[in-house]
Amino acid sequence: MLKVDTRGRSCPEPVIMTKNAVSDLKKGDSIKVLIGEEVAKENVGRFARNSGCNVEVNNKGNEEYELLITKK
Amino acid sequence: MNDKKGIIITGAVIGLLGGLLVKFGNPANMGICVACFIRDIAGSIGLHRAGVVQYLRPEILGFILGAFIIAKTKGEFKVTGGSSPISRFVIAMFVMIGALVFLGCPLRMVLRLAGGDWNAILGIVGFVVGVLIGTQFLKNGFTLGRSYKVNKTSGYILPGIAILLLIFRIVRPGFIIFSESGPGAAYAPWIIALSAGLIIGILAQRSRICMAGGIRDLYLIKDSHLIIGFISIFVFAFIVNIIFGNFDPGFVGQPAAHTDWLWNLLGMFLTGFGSVLLGGCPLRQTILAGEGNTDSVVTFIGYLVGAAIAHNFGLAASGSGVGFAGKFAVIFGIIIVTVIALSSIKYNKMA
Repeated sequence: MLKVDTRGRSCPEPVIMTKNAVSDLKKGDSIKVLIGEEVAKENVGRFARNSGCNVEVNNKGNEEYELLITKK
Repeated sequence: MNDKKGIIITGAVIGLLGGLLVKFGNPANMGICVACFIRDIAGSIGLHRAGVVQYLRPEILGFILGAFIIAKTKGEFKVTGGSSPISRFVIAMFVMIGALVFLGCPLRMVLRLAGGDWNAILGIVGFVVGVLIGTQFLKNGFTLGRSYKVNKTSGYILPGIAILLLIFRIVRPGFIIFSESGPGAAYAPWIIALSAGLIIGILAQRSRICMAGGIRDLYLIKDSHLIIGFISIFVFAFIVNIIFGNFDPGFVGQPAAHTDWLWNLLGMFLTGFGSVLLGGCPLRQTILAGEGNTDSVVTFIGYLVGAAIAHNFGLAASGSGVGFAGKFAVIFGIIIVTVIALSSIKYNKMA
């Protein structure tokens, strides 16, 4: 599974990186997006839901999250 | 509070307070202006000597402290740094110079429009085009690189300075300069200005409101979330201006504005372009600077120095228009920011 590391990137780079990765997905495919801050988690989550994906948020602790994004 | 309601409320409060602060004594159509107020602060600590724009604006200190307090409370105070600080510094300087050629940050641009200053329309056109071009660079791989966690102490420095400056504002020691006439001498009582700043700082931190981000997201990911804040500011400032009779439509004779349309447009183009590369408008950067983002602190210092340069070397516009130095600086700034953007794309493609 493709893993995108967006930690430390300023807004809106995490969304752009996710967008580029999601555009290649087929129905049922998933990617993992590693996120380093609250704002990016909201932005990436909102973007993914708006573009027809399921989003599962895993809190990795230490203010890091892993989003499992699956194309519906 | 990261839903639609949050962003609408934030915009509404900024719009209302922007209108009301004028009523309480701030300069006309300048209830809140991040660029103008940072410029005033630069003057009050003697970084420039333009006698009419020197004042320690408590609003800005409130933005920093409000963001700091709420970020601490919500566990979002996170101290990071190391994402191309010197590039950020230079871009921020030009964002400020562009804003001072237009005479306002993106926020004041909206407040000016809400006050009937049609020159702001040219500013908006330039700003939108600047944001779109900056976004194009982002799409093509522009990045200032990732930041890392750094020593927590670094995150407390700017809020500490804000508290110190606030004490100076209240005590008014002799070495701090306060304008005796002009826009710098027009201000709301400090406690009102500070309260407004704190409220806006808190709401802006929660809602992540950003003037550049609104247009960027609409174009980039067809997301209207942030632009709603932008519109909300306009609507509520407009309502307050109508109620208090501060709506005066026209191009000529507007407060702290000029009618040099091309330079209104190009000044704001530079500000929009630079802001997108930095990841946010001057308001957003100030909020981030309060919540531990030391790259945004460097950006904030870039604004301060940019404002000082703008007034020390006659780049800033006045009511009568833009001088040769200001025009030169805007063109020079557009070139420098473009070079930084292009070199970043090239560097990241090789890496």
